Amino acid sequence: MAIFGLWVINKAGGLVYERNFGDGLPRLTSNEYLVLAGTLHGIHAITSRLSPIGPSSGAQVIEGETFKMTILLTATGTKFVLLTSLAESTADVVLQKVYEVYADAVMKNPFHTPEMPIRSEGFDRRITALLG
Amino acid sequence: MATTSKQYKVIGEELWKGRAEKTNAELFALTYGALVVQLIQDYEDYEEVNKQLEKMGYNIGTRLIEDFLARSNIGRCVDFRETGEVVAKVGFKSFLNITPSVTHGGLPIAASPTRSSTASPAPTIPGATFTLTLDENPLAEFVELPEEALEGGLWFSNILCGVLRGALEMIQMQVTATFISDVLRGDETTEIKVTLVKYLEEEVPVGDD
Repeated sequence: MAIFGLWVINKAGGLVYERNFGDGLPRLTSNEYLVLAGTLHGIHAITSRLSPIGPSSGAQVIEGETFKMTILLTATGTKFVLLTSLAESTADVVLQKVYEVYADAVMKNPFHTPEMPIRSEGFDRRITALLG
Repeated sequence: MATTSKQYKVIGEELWKGRAEKTNAELFALTYGALVVQLIQDYEDYEEVNKQLEKMGYNIGTRLIEDFLARSNIGRCVDFRETGEVVAKVGFKSFLNITPSVTHGGLPIAASPTRSSTASPAPTIPGATFTLTLDENPLAEFVELPEEALEGGLWFSNILCGVLRGALEMIQMQVTATFISDVLRGDETTEIKVTLVKYLEEEVPVGDD
C-alpha cells in the first residue's frame, strides 16, 4: 500500500505540480512530466466520449499490473492524479483532501496566478504532511 | 438526483459550522468599509469604484469556488435554477452565514403562455435569471451612504457581484450579476440579479458524474 506520486493538471492540460513520494518512481526530466501530463489530459478528454450510454465523466481509475492511477476531475477543470500501488484503497479520499489543501494553500494565496505552476511552500508542506 | 431545498439548507449549515476559522464580523465589515472608502478617495468616480469592486470580487470568486467545491462536495447542478438555489442556500450560508431568498425568472420562450416557474423544467437557456434578496448584509453593518455616494450611483457591496461572476465562470457559466436595489440607497430591499449569458464550452469536456 503506497503512494508513489501526485500530479496536478490545469484545465488546459498543463502540468502545474508534480511530486514523487518514496522511491517507487524513477525521476524523469520536467519536460517528460509535462508531456505525460498533456497526454493524460488528452486521453482523459477522449475517454469521456467513449461511454455507450450517454454523457459520462472521463476515466477515473487506470490500472496496470503494478500500479494504479486515480484521477479526480473537479468542476473547474483541474485534474488531481494520484499514482499508487494496486493495493491502495483510499486514493479517492486522499485526492479529495489534496483538493482541499489546493483550495486553501494555492487558490487563496492572492499572489498565485491561477492555472500557473504551483510554487508554494505552504502547499508543499501540507502535501508532505498528508502524503508523506 | 434532485436535492431538495431543505437538504441544501442543511448542507449549508453544516459547512458553516465546520469551518475551523471564522472571522470577527465587525472586523470584516470594517475592513471592507475601509477598502471602499479608500477606493473612493483614489478613483473619485463612483462608477469606477463600482467597476473596481466588481473586478476585485471577480478575482475572489475565481478562487473561492475551489474552496467551495472542495469542501461541499456538491455535484453539478442540473439547471440554472438549481445553481441559484445552491448559491443562496449553500454558498452564501457557508461563507457569510446568511441565506438570501431566491426568486427565479427568465425569458419567456415564444409559445408557452403557461410558463410557470415551478412545474416545467427550469430555463437553462441563456437569459435565465435568479434574483437573490438579502435580508441582512454583513458587509454593510454600520454603513450610511453620504449624499454624493447616493447621487454618484455607488453600489456599496458590489464586490459580491464580482464574486458571483468569477465563481460561476470557473464552472463554465458566463453570467452578469448586478445590484437591483440596496437598502443603503433607501430602497426597500437589497437584491442582486444574476443572468445567465451562456454556458462556456471549454476544450475539456466535463461530463455528468
